[in-house]
Amino acid sequence: MEFSLLTIIFSLMAYGAAAVFVFGILCRIMVYAKTPSPLKIPTTPAPTTSFGAGVRVLSEVLLFRSLYRSNKWTWLGGVVFHWAFLLVVLRHLRYFLYPLPSWDMKLQSIGIYAGIVLPIAVLYLLMRRTTVDRTVFISSLADYFALALIFFIAGTGLLMKFYERPFMVDIKGFVYGLATFNFSAVPTDPVFLAHITLVMILLAYFPYSKLVHAPGIFFSPTRNQADNPREKRHVTPWSPNLT
Amino acid sequence: MAKVKFEVPELTGEIIVPGLKEDAAAAIKSHNAPVKDMTDLGFPTELVPDWKEKAVAKFAELLKKYRSLKVFMDICVKCGACTDKCHFYLSTKDPRNMPVARAELLRKVYRRYFTTAGKVLGKLAEAEDLTREVLDEWYTYFYQCTECRRCSLFCPYGIDTAEITMAAREMMDTVGLGAKYPLQTINKAITIGNNLGMPGPAIRSTLDFMEEDIKEQTGIPVKFPMDVKGADVLLITPSADFFATPHVESLAGYAKVFHQAGISWTLSSYASEAGNFGMFNGNYEHMKKIASRIKVAINELKPKRLIHGECGHAWRAAYSFWNTLIGPFDSLDPKYPAPQHICEFTYDLINRGALKLDKTANDDFVVTFHDSCNVARASRMGNSPGGQFEIPRAIIRATCNKFVDMHPDTIREKTFCCGAGGGLLADEIIDLRIKGVMPRMQAYKAIKDSHGANFFALICAICKAQFTKVFPYYGYEMEEVGGVHQLVSRAIVLGGKEGI
Repeated sequence: MEFSLLTIIFSLMAYGAAAVFVFGILCRIMVYAKTPSPLKIPTTPAPTTSFGAGVRVLSEVLLFRSLYRSNKWTWLGGVVFHWAFLLVVLRHLRYFLYPLPSWDMKLQSIGIYAGIVLPIAVLYLLMRRTTVDRTVFISSLADYFALALIFFIAGTGLLMKFYERPFMVDIKGFVYGLATFNFSAVPTDPVFLAHITLVMILLAYFPYSKLVHAPGIFFSPTRNQADNPREKRHVTPWSPNLT
Repeated sequence: MAKVKFEVPELTGEIIVPGLKEDAAAAIKSHNAPVKDMTDLGFPTELVPDWKEKAVAKFAELLKKYRSLKVFMDICVKCGACTDKCHFYLSTKDPRNMPVARAELLRKVYRRYFTTAGKVLGKLAEAEDLTREVLDEWYTYFYQCTECRRCSLFCPYGIDTAEITMAAREMMDTVGLGAKYPLQTINKAITIGNNLGMPGPAIRSTLDFMEEDIKEQTGIPVKFPMDVKGADVLLITPSADFFATPHVESLAGYAKVFHQAGISWTLSSYASEAGNFGMFNGNYEHMKKIASRIKVAINELKPKRLIHGECGHAWRAAYSFWNTLIGPFDSLDPKYPAPQHICEFTYDLINRGALKLDKTANDDFVVTFHDSCNVARASRMGNSPGGQFEIPRAIIRATCNKFVDMHPDTIREKTFCCGAGGGLLADEIIDLRIKGVMPRMQAYKAIKDSHGANFFALICAICKAQFTKVFPYYGYEMEEVGGVHQLVSRAIVLGGKEGI
């Protein structure tokens, strides 16, 4: 079977981006895991058990607990953005899995609403970033780039869903083909090509930018350590014991 | 006192987030460390010629040794949650005192030397060479951080600026750029045994004086033992307790509690300091050296229990780090936590009815409690999280009739720093200290106006020194500041029922 140059280019780019993403994230995780925590530094009051510390980390990951205490408006934007993003990603599993698991089937319609909410949340975060003098001062190109990237990914996605409507079977064929090494031609719809190009940029950018906060938060010692230094002796790996 | 020299923030009882005023605090700098202290501590006495390479090499070393630093360099998303949380930003309006902007001073150098994007793209990836200007910015703003961790509490990733400040200071020390107050203090603690540089006999004579004083006032022979082998309790307390006011009042309180409980105790002339400024400058070896004096004292005096006096950062070092640095404490009685805070000890005695307290002795006071940052956000008392808030308050309630808390956003883990922790209790930066205390003063002003508060109770030696110094600038009496055990000392009824 013959493939067009376009198909070959996009297929290779997709594998390249996925490889950079997986390799980059794994490298980060390995570096974080390998770097020792010499001292007990949880921000207290903190749970006194490892289980409690795990719950604390999850409360940050799932509910953004500390951000809630800090600033309700930022929290609102952050939580809506991240949950919408997650639901949109889960909806997209339909392109990678066959048959689609029933739990993901149930998420399909909510995924569409999330897709509509996502760019609105991005605009909200952008507005907040550009209207408060303190966040204007700290924001840089990278902060705007990440927001813009996700905004345009969501925008091109919605364009396909509600306006452009390329042939979905071709798209699924291409993506599922990549996932199962059973290749088929890339759809030539320009909006689709823009959409996946942006996604590939996001994937490759992720491990080398502030977006590593996603795996990084699990390694934050102030959140993941149990507050039990008197009960359980913590040892600094690189400092010998006194006698 | 030349009070007019400094611009003292106006007290309104409210904490308002100000607009930015760039470089507003850029001129405030700690003095450089004297040649002697740099030499003694093994640092170059002036900026070394290859300081850039040395600093970057140190940075690389610290990134490998501290997961906190490595992770915190990477994961900030600049959400802005910390921007209105630092007392130094709120009071100086200098945007580089926003925790994220302070950390950015280090992060931009991290990106330049330790990330691919930064190496290739430079400024476009927010990376910057370590230049003399950047180094000077470090010196300015990393000595305008009290390492109080208030930002860390509110950060969605728990990024702790204290860790970043410690690393930056360690890098600067390594290339010969040290600050006088913290390094002098570290040197005294290592060589003499306490931050104030007091030799044993000087401490002994203060203790003799206190014994006489209490005997005169109460007729009771309360002892202040030192270097007594085989005493049940070894008390490690900040050396300020031996001579500074109001610190000594709390020392009197501890002694009376021990006396009344009938528990034998001793101080150590060799380990006469609870404080550990090694922590502030991020030098693990100094921190360990300072703490190791306590291990020596334990081995020599063979106490059963280790009790710690009123001090904030010292309690962090003791509670969180001692077991790692100088543990395990196998020779101590495992029935008791090691170390145990004097507040835990007194609280326990109160609960068991072992102390007779006359609350009316403190009827002149309407007491409020200032949570010290390192106690609140970097340690614990008792068995459950938050005990560090409940136990001192319970002691206060047991010793006086009128207790009120300040605004809930300014107490417990949300407490505001006194403005002089982290090695900033230096005379030359009194301007910064007067400003930095502003959020706390607003909360105190509010509780004064609404409830007539007139006694500011706390359990930190640095806080005590700072508040007694800055209260007068705000028009308050320094006598309003005092330790929790000062209240205990006034309320405790000596004699009668002794022992437990």
